[in-house]
Amino acid sequence: MTVTLFIPCFVDLLYPKAGISLVRVLEQLGHRIDFPAELNCCGQPSFNSGYWEEARVAAEPVLQRLKNAEAVVIPSGSCGAMLKVFYPQLFAGTPQEDQARALSAKCWEFSDFLVTKLGVTDLGAHFPHRVTFHDGCHGLRELGLKKGPRALLSKVRGLELVELKEEVCCGFGGTFASKFPMISTAMGEVKCAQAAETGAEYIVSNDSSCLMHIQGLADKQGRKFKTIHLAEVLASR
Amino acid sequence: MSSAVDQFKEQAEILTHDLRHRAIIQTALGKYEVVRDKSRGAFLDYAAARQAAAETKWEAVNHLDTHLEELVSKLEARGTKVHWAGTGEQARGIISGILRDKKARSIIKSKAMTSEEIHLNHALEQEGYEVVESDLGEYIVQLKHEPPYHIVFPAMHLTRGDIRDLFNRELSINSSDSPEELTMVARRVMRQKYLSADVGFTGGNFAVAETGMISITENEGNARLTAALPKTMVTLLGIEKVLPRLDDLALFLPMLATSGTGQALTCYNTMYGGPRQPGESDGPEEWHVILLDNRRTELLADPEQRDSLHCIRCGACLNVCPIFRNVGGHTYGTTYSGPVGAVITPHLRGLQEWKHLSNASSLCGACTETCPVKIDLAHHLLQNRRNSVRQKASTPWKLGFRAMNFVFNRPSLYALIPKFGRLGQMLHPLVKGTRLDPAYAWTKTRETPQIAPQTFKEWWKERG
Repeated sequence: MTVTLFIPCFVDLLYPKAGISLVRVLEQLGHRIDFPAELNCCGQPSFNSGYWEEARVAAEPVLQRLKNAEAVVIPSGSCGAMLKVFYPQLFAGTPQEDQARALSAKCWEFSDFLVTKLGVTDLGAHFPHRVTFHDGCHGLRELGLKKGPRALLSKVRGLELVELKEEVCCGFGGTFASKFPMISTAMGEVKCAQAAETGAEYIVSNDSSCLMHIQGLADKQGRKFKTIHLAEVLASR
Repeated sequence: MSSAVDQFKEQAEILTHDLRHRAIIQTALGKYEVVRDKSRGAFLDYAAARQAAAETKWEAVNHLDTHLEELVSKLEARGTKVHWAGTGEQARGIISGILRDKKARSIIKSKAMTSEEIHLNHALEQEGYEVVESDLGEYIVQLKHEPPYHIVFPAMHLTRGDIRDLFNRELSINSSDSPEELTMVARRVMRQKYLSADVGFTGGNFAVAETGMISITENEGNARLTAALPKTMVTLLGIEKVLPRLDDLALFLPMLATSGTGQALTCYNTMYGGPRQPGESDGPEEWHVILLDNRRTELLADPEQRDSLHCIRCGACLNVCPIFRNVGGHTYGTTYSGPVGAVITPHLRGLQEWKHLSNASSLCGACTETCPVKIDLAHHLLQNRRNSVRQKASTPWKLGFRAMNFVFNRPSLYALIPKFGRLGQMLHPLVKGTRLDPAYAWTKTRETPQIAPQTFKEWWKERG
């Protein structure tokens, strides 16, 4: 099928490898990629800050451009939740409400797309490392993603998964990280300490934004583990 | 005096750096999670029980008027005096009036968050009454001149060593830190107070409309003594505590215990149906029940957030909240802290003054996931943010988001971001981590990510 990609701004600018890996994985499975390069932002920063009018201005081009897509795939639980869960709320009571609902129905976070929509878990990946998996909160609780990423990791050759002690937020939370840096940092310290306890070389996640926070703290604290997006692990050979 | 938001930030700065404090809270709540999960496992189908509890509360709250009328008529039929208090001030006035009538001097209290909400102890002490908290945790924080730290565990931030030092200082004794010995100290003090108190004061966990009864849940037996010994009993509870039927308690008592303390059932669950009836040998001669609104009806009028009146004050959302776990209960500066406090305080005490509590969240949703009555807490935080902006937007933020839209909605402008970004990050080390750094809030504790040598879009374009 033709898969339309929505690449969040931070994946484009900071973590392009996640997007590139996603393209490789989908092409390997024989799908055609449609990438609307003119889309840059889902509107989550203004939405989460309470500026819904501004969020609608950011979201309208997304609604328009993705109107005719067959399936939209997003390499982020957080932006995925924005399109899938929050657009219908953002546009409730506006002329675009139906359009937002229609888009919601065909949006997929990428691990969910692979496992639920395509029924694929084995991508022939090889990643000989001890890893732990961080569940981004929006993916976990807004989209209900938990088993999918683990099903995918279980088929990666050489990979050993050690689970974290708790399902707890990394403390990023978008603008929260800068508005309340002391709380955000304390939460991230808890996450980093638990990650270190697993003895993992890599923290894998389906959200680069969480990984940006965790890696930022880990580098400052001189921790040894690295962070990597799930798509990169799945594209490893 | 600084504003509520400044106080919150100052306290959060102190508490997040207090590693001992954070460890005490994380350890206590880690233990709670283990027993909570065990008690949840004792339900045949916990998810179905949770759904039933949410539906029952929905029914109760959406027909609050008829349930309250039934409750009051049943209470009055057995001689209970019922009072309606629109505000905290009215509630305090009613209580003062009762105390004057009874020529009371001393009051023994069992745990009631509503009394914290209306600042009752302070008001009564100002009027010259002796007020003693009989719940052990409440007694400890009362001796320490602090408000409760948590709605269920008022003294969870104190170790037994802290409590030993407090008792030894305040009661002029020389106790060890053995929990048994400390409990016996409190018991000796309290037994005397029960006997000499003129009025017993309680809160209420549930009010059963069908039978006109107030249900009180506790672990120490102190609420029973508070209700049984003094001649006059006063009970203060929020109007949202009503449940339609007696049978509902069969679900709500284990649900409250499981979510609140992790117990399958709390040790003492008592239903009070009226003052001492003719031929009965014990119980108070007079019972006053005060039903408190204090802006709950404003929440009732809001269809989007009405479900926050489902709250049974179990504290489960506080216990799982990573914000609460790292800043602690007192930082909030409110009677109700944690996620539910962040949702309802802006409604109860003013949106503009308390909106920061709704902003101080990563929106992780652990609260919504754990709530036994399915309050949509995390989304209500988003709605409070939207409502506060609608009422009064911040110009810099508004302009910032508009500028962002201007750039992000124009591909040619967006394409300049990586170019300027790479230039910016070459200069960044000059100020990085200093007060001159525009990203100081981030870089003080975190390294900055780098703009990729080739962005995804640049890669896609090159690939053709």
